[in-house]
Amino acid sequence: MTGYRSIRPATRKTPGPALAVRTLVWALAALGVVAVSAWATPLRAELRVDITQGVPEPLPIAINNFYGASPEVAKTGQDLAQVIASDLERSGIFRPIDQRAFIQSVDSLLGGPRFGDWRLINAQALVHGAIETQADGRLRVEFRLWDVFAEQQMTGLAYFTTPSNWRRVAHIISDAIYKRLTGEGGYFDTRIVYVAENGPQNRRVKRLAIMDQDGENHRYLTDGANLVLTPRFSPTTQEITYLSYSQRNPRVYLFNLNTGQQEVLGDFPGMTFAPRFSPDGNKVIMSMAKDGNSDIYMMDLRTRQVTQLTAHPAIDTSPSFSPDNKQIVFNSDRGGAQQLYIMEADGSNVRRISFNQGRYATPVWSPRGDLIAFTRMSQGRFYIGVMKPDGSGERMLADGFLVESPTWAPNGRILSFFRQSPANQRGEFSSKVYTIDLTGFNEREVLTPIDGSDPAWSPLIP
Amino acid sequence: MRFKFFTLIAAAVLLAACASEPEESAATTSAGTAVGSGSGTSASTTALPSLDPRSQEWLVVNVGDRVFFDFDSSDLTPEAQDTAEKVVAWMQTYPDVTLSVEGHCDERGTREYNLALGERRANSVRSYMEALGIDGSRVSTISFGKERPAVLGSNESAWAQNRRAVFVVN
Repeated sequence: MTGYRSIRPATRKTPGPALAVRTLVWALAALGVVAVSAWATPLRAELRVDITQGVPEPLPIAINNFYGASPEVAKTGQDLAQVIASDLERSGIFRPIDQRAFIQSVDSLLGGPRFGDWRLINAQALVHGAIETQADGRLRVEFRLWDVFAEQQMTGLAYFTTPSNWRRVAHIISDAIYKRLTGEGGYFDTRIVYVAENGPQNRRVKRLAIMDQDGENHRYLTDGANLVLTPRFSPTTQEITYLSYSQRNPRVYLFNLNTGQQEVLGDFPGMTFAPRFSPDGNKVIMSMAKDGNSDIYMMDLRTRQVTQLTAHPAIDTSPSFSPDNKQIVFNSDRGGAQQLYIMEADGSNVRRISFNQGRYATPVWSPRGDLIAFTRMSQGRFYIGVMKPDGSGERMLADGFLVESPTWAPNGRILSFFRQSPANQRGEFSSKVYTIDLTGFNEREVLTPIDGSDPAWSPLIP
Repeated sequence: MRFKFFTLIAAAVLLAACASEPEESAATTSAGTAVGSGSGTSASTTALPSLDPRSQEWLVVNVGDRVFFDFDSSDLTPEAQDTAEKVVAWMQTYPDVTLSVEGHCDERGTREYNLALGERRANSVRSYMEALGIDGSRVSTISFGKERPAVLGSNESAWAQNRRAVFVVN
């Protein structure tokens, strides 16, 4: 489904004019969004969580089940609140309060919060909302976020969506709450594509798989017949570029999530690998191996024209664009061992940025532009770390026997990666996907049906 | 070890000698084939007197189907050169044989770099064979990076045997 769907004015239980602000378009269902205006005007310093320093004490937040007049809609309201609470809890920044402590009922919240009741259980922020079924079968989901101590509404929005799309609405509401309380962009309405894998070391079966960032809506994209590696999202989130050994011929492919169609990218004489989209979505950069030597190439997806960006007898691989499309960070052993280098997007002005002990690999530029994430190997251990594009400010976030493949959440505040255990003599080992804050705190496993590797985080779903 | 100080050209001159001593070749290279689960490796084939001399099995038993590399290196060791020379001699004896050289890495590297390193290793072997007179069209290369280890486990011994290039008869 494409094209814009008109926004219907919301029928309101609460006073204040409805203001249409934007329309979201999505492959499965369009969401109408309206702002629900505040009852009170801001007067004092507002509730705010600073997430740039690490959060020692998560913010207590009361998330009520969304009101629904019928048992069926009330159940959706309960599920919705659970997904929001789970999103916010996993961020490490919020502590959802146990609903059993709540004094004010969901029904009475329709008349407005009794702030004293929420202060009593030490809730600093309060979320409540309501779901109504429209005549056309769609749901109208409204929520409000309150600063309990200031007794002020911080935000209020209403969404129209199909009932099957309720989970996505929950993530969008989580993003709105996160954004309002931290001042940073949200990242809950996103997906992760990764390699689902099982079997012993020498006969590992690998399949492309995709899921919501919380592990829900999981599905496999390939059947495991061909070895697949390193999937990455396009900026539209509708396409994935990855490496497949289809027909024993390792090449970079495109996978269209709308059509399920897979297509080999270009007609290269040698192995192509390490693909990544440019942030503007017009190009794919990758490595090609020719006579044993790997250099970096760029393909324009509109003209299919190929440009060679590096020509060096060393290994040049793992290229990643800066968010302004002007520079490329990549991995090369031209200095003797693997290090990180930056060049202009035309291949000029190559300079090394990593200088500390060990080998550096898999650089990925943050969507904010301020940092580059990487894998570092030093004295038998692997680390996920970040540094500024000028090579300064290096710090490690996670480590292990083998950690690899950092990928950024769209707000540039959280990373995902995978961690592999050593194998036993039968070749058995585990490989799991994790997320971690940029501060190095709040490491969480992303639960997947089987083992996982090579995660790639999508941008916010448009 | 006797080829240690020879240049490629000097090694090529010795090929006739290599070709005439297949029995000795088997003795000196079988250690490399006794481990792992690489394609075609099978201890029982030694008992069979009537192997097709163009087959993978024959190559494994009498010449050796793989060479090993140092960590993060694609340089051929003297032992690797020795094995490659024997494979070349064998290919010259059977001009209809074509090979694929698979490049592999241990698990102690990152995935994409290892794909490149495996390619470099496979090509390092192929280039050596070409320098010894084998037509490049008879030898293709493919890299599996760290995706297909031959020896199970996460220890130095396994890693040493997984840093390899394997000759696979087409």
